[in-house]
Amino acid sequence: MLGKDTIAAIATGLSDSGIGIIRISGEQAVKIGNSIFRTVSGTAILKKAESHKMYHGYVVNKNGNAVDEVMAVVMRSPRSFTGEDTVEIQCHGGVLVMKKILNLALEAGARMAEPGEFTKRAFLNGRMDLSRAEAVIDVIHAQNEYALASSVNQLKGVLSDKICSLRKSILYEIAFIESALDDPEHISIEGYGEQLYGEINQWIDTLIGLLSASDSGRILKEGINTVIVGKPNAGKSSLLNLLVGEERAIVTEIAGTTRDVIQEMVSFSGMTFHIIDTAGIRSTQDIIEKIGVELAKKYAMGADLVLYVVDTSVALDDSDREIISIIRNKNVICLMNKSDLDPVVREEDILSLFGDHAARNHKLSMIRTSTREGIGMEEFQKKVQDMFYKGKVKSNSEVVIANMRHQEAMREALESLELVQKSIKNGMAEDFYSIDLMNAYKALGRILGEEVDDDLVEEIFSKFCMGK
Amino acid sequence: MNQVSEKVDVCVVGAGHAGCEAALACARLGFETVIFTVSVDSIALMPCNPNIGGTSKGHLVRELDALGGEMGKNIDKTFIQSKMLNRSKGPAVHSLRAQADKAEYTRSMRKVLENQEHLTIRQAEVCEILWEEEDACQGKADISIKKGKKRIKGLKTYTGTIYECQCVILCTGTYLRARCLCGESITYTGPNGLQAANHLTDSLERLGIEMRRFKTGTPARMDGRSIDYSRMEEQLGDTPIIPFSFSTDPETVQKEQVSCWLTYTNQETHEIIRNNLDRSPIYAGIIEGTGPRYCPSIEDKVVKFADKERHQVFIEPEGIHTNEMYVGGMSSSLPEDVQIAMYRTVPGLEHCKIVRNAYAIEYDSINARQLYPSLEFKEIKGLYSAGQLNGSSGYEEAACQGLVAGINAALSIQGKEPLILDRSESYIGVLIDDLVTKENREPYRMMTSRAEYRLLLRQDNADLRLGKKGYQVGLVTRQDYEKLLKKEKLIQEEIVRLKATMVGAGRDIQSFLEAHGSSPLKTAASLAELLCRPELSYEMVADIDPGRKALPEAIWVQAEIEIRYEGYITRQKKQVEQYKKLEKKRIPEDMDYDAVPSLRLEARQKLKLFRPVSIGQASRISGVSPADISVMLVYLEHAVRNSNQSAISP
Repeated sequence: MLGKDTIAAIATGLSDSGIGIIRISGEQAVKIGNSIFRTVSGTAILKKAESHKMYHGYVVNKNGNAVDEVMAVVMRSPRSFTGEDTVEIQCHGGVLVMKKILNLALEAGARMAEPGEFTKRAFLNGRMDLSRAEAVIDVIHAQNEYALASSVNQLKGVLSDKICSLRKSILYEIAFIESALDDPEHISIEGYGEQLYGEINQWIDTLIGLLSASDSGRILKEGINTVIVGKPNAGKSSLLNLLVGEERAIVTEIAGTTRDVIQEMVSFSGMTFHIIDTAGIRSTQDIIEKIGVELAKKYAMGADLVLYVVDTSVALDDSDREIISIIRNKNVICLMNKSDLDPVVREEDILSLFGDHAARNHKLSMIRTSTREGIGMEEFQKKVQDMFYKGKVKSNSEVVIANMRHQEAMREALESLELVQKSIKNGMAEDFYSIDLMNAYKALGRILGEEVDDDLVEEIFSKFCMGK
Repeated sequence: MNQVSEKVDVCVVGAGHAGCEAALACARLGFETVIFTVSVDSIALMPCNPNIGGTSKGHLVRELDALGGEMGKNIDKTFIQSKMLNRSKGPAVHSLRAQADKAEYTRSMRKVLENQEHLTIRQAEVCEILWEEEDACQGKADISIKKGKKRIKGLKTYTGTIYECQCVILCTGTYLRARCLCGESITYTGPNGLQAANHLTDSLERLGIEMRRFKTGTPARMDGRSIDYSRMEEQLGDTPIIPFSFSTDPETVQKEQVSCWLTYTNQETHEIIRNNLDRSPIYAGIIEGTGPRYCPSIEDKVVKFADKERHQVFIEPEGIHTNEMYVGGMSSSLPEDVQIAMYRTVPGLEHCKIVRNAYAIEYDSINARQLYPSLEFKEIKGLYSAGQLNGSSGYEEAACQGLVAGINAALSIQGKEPLILDRSESYIGVLIDDLVTKENREPYRMMTSRAEYRLLLRQDNADLRLGKKGYQVGLVTRQDYEKLLKKEKLIQEEIVRLKATMVGAGRDIQSFLEAHGSSPLKTAASLAELLCRPELSYEMVADIDPGRKALPEAIWVQAEIEIRYEGYITRQKKQVEQYKKLEKKRIPEDMDYDAVPSLRLEARQKLKLFRPVSIGQASRISGVSPADISVMLVYLEHAVRNSNQSAISP
């Protein structure tokens, strides 16, 4: 039965370190702790222990032999992480010692905790709102060190605070509109639309701020969404293989070999790339390949970073123009490939096709590479770092939303607010505003877990390994 | 002593707006029904304001009508002025209000009751509810009653007659242990000096029903001859007049109307009130009942809106055959001398003569959380409650509850599922859900803001929303229902036609657009697209719509609204989908909240107290947080999964 049994786990990482913590949580936690902990004078004291006070002593096995010298603390319900009675034993951090102590706790009646189960209990016991609970899960799942830092930030409730205050403002306006409807005699709504319009502008700014921070956040967590484009046989698949370090894509001399899209997670210098290699973009009669080309265009539109591979030994043509027209406004690194061959294409040729603004906005950079020879890859790494990580995210104490669900909710809120502005512009009566204001309010509420959303409950609990 | 005893199906206690609807519904569904009143002359009495409808209340009347209630028909027969309010706002908040000839309204409703087959009117004070424990009715195995639950047997009047019945519907209004206060003077009567019902409360308490004390008030009535209307703004009715009932032919209600009048209080008025607050029974603490915040007395308004320089005062006729005028907006419980002084500061009322004093009335009501959304008591099978007894205020709120209670009493005798309207399909649903789910500490008045999905719950489409339910219940005739289906079809066809009819960017069209201040077309567009422009309307577009057939207004108005506000309607429907998900998750009646481990104490207590029927209802109980709801969802899901694989222990 949910929450009734007592769970235990090693709360620190499973590697040798200075100190390790074994956490026991649930109704029997104190009893279990009491049975395996003795003070220096040999008494079982945890049952009567004061809450939140450290006790020095030993963990003992069934025969009463000391396993390790430890500090133990009892945290009584509800003043603990999970909201349940909790015992934490701080022992020496060797893996073997930690495992032994955990085993003793399990023998004494605890059950091995499932991943994230302490957090689940904390959430279910009302000890944290959803955005915090998810941050904890994110800590567990964070894929690299930067993402970890941003998860910690969210844990502190920075996101909660911002969303909370935004929701409060929205609710205030809803309440105003509604009370004016109910009591038109005493509450005047003259000129209210204009005033609300300005107010919404500010909210939209806040949301856009949060969302752009969240883009960085997603990049940190899920990697840079990277798409490789270029004419057939420009060297796209070779580039992918170079990044992945294995023969992933089929590389042939025949143009148009890569018909489907190939996806790969690549990690170097602390950065994660989520790379999609596309079929060469060119007009084609081959149906299957045509689908690949359409996909390539679609992926290119949604990418954080486009790697545009140009075969510099062949002159630019209409296909290049088409590619550039698709990716003009994206973050592009143009790899002027096959630099080992005689160049026909110069930087200026490409620049002129992109238009000046791309370079001025630092959205376009160009490097000479030879994927065949592995030339230019160091410079390539540096460019990526400049583009995505330089000063921008690493030192960011702002809110970073490393969670797709949050982003989705914020986008929804943003859309709803824009709809309210549209209603105001179209001269709709005030009572129409509330529909979309309420949608915005509810969408933001989902981030905080202040709106019951049963899809979400499903999703969260599947994350928590529930219902097995 | 020889006791008279009768056997019927349903007893309705009280013949106000709730009682009338409840009794009519039961009788019309074929059940022998008796309606009790302390005075036959006070059937469907309007002891306060002389109008039916108004903001959001107009919606209630329309919905009631769509389900087969009587109020809409009755006001159509007896109104003396009619007005559609809020025309400058969106269609969701348009609301019909009609001034009633009070005496005619009462007389007309009494006639309907008197002529209703299966219905008997009985003047008597009901003083005791008769019941038995479920244990006592052995042999009558009824699995719908759990052990310890009570079951209605009948009732007893003050004169000793016993009526045996299957259902009792309590519609006692403001009569239970009523007392009226006018300053220091207290009389122990119901409204208008009518006899109070002083015996029933004890019986209800013995039944285990939790009672409480509410209060409400009414302003003075003036002698119309003493009022100077030249100092007031005249308020005229609408032409043409729109009837309340969907079944009333608009042609039959176009008649001459009387005027209402608008004037204002001023600083002098407020000064007098402030100086005498200590003599107001409420502020002096003599009244223990809680009054309605949204229908405040003039004392409350002066205190609450201290910075307002004036408040509106509406002077409304009480009927055609009387000079009495109602002073809307100035209800009060101040002493007589203060009342006279206060009213006489108002422009036009300088020489006014009071016919009836303003007074406050205090009465017993129940805590409605003891009721299911069917309005049946959770612990007492066969006992229903409706109207002001449930803590509502207003004729329309009462009537709607009466109708629902009556329908559900009938359905339960028929062994059918109760009619439960939800918040997404009607104001009635909102009203009842709020009453049985929320902690209402004051008389509950319907308001537009209480309905979350109000763009869908318009007064103009109440028949389309609820007509089918009325038909299924049996209160709407087959003929009326078929008319409704035809209407639905015509609306859909017109929408389709407007969407499919294209107009090109020709010269005629452009000059039409220009004439109406609308920007020219760049390419061809459908008539529906043009209708979405705020500056154009269905009627205007007729000029460029040669293929249009003449349709009744009720049809094209629906088509116009559906097209015009399509985006908003779609978004609101999405909100409803979300809402319905939680509403559909039922909580078993015998739910053991102590077995749900992680509920917070407050939530556990509240849930045990309210015993909600669905997760949706649970989520609206104050003190139950979204986290608690998540816990409940998980718990119920676990229960389902466990029962599916009971062999495997968790």
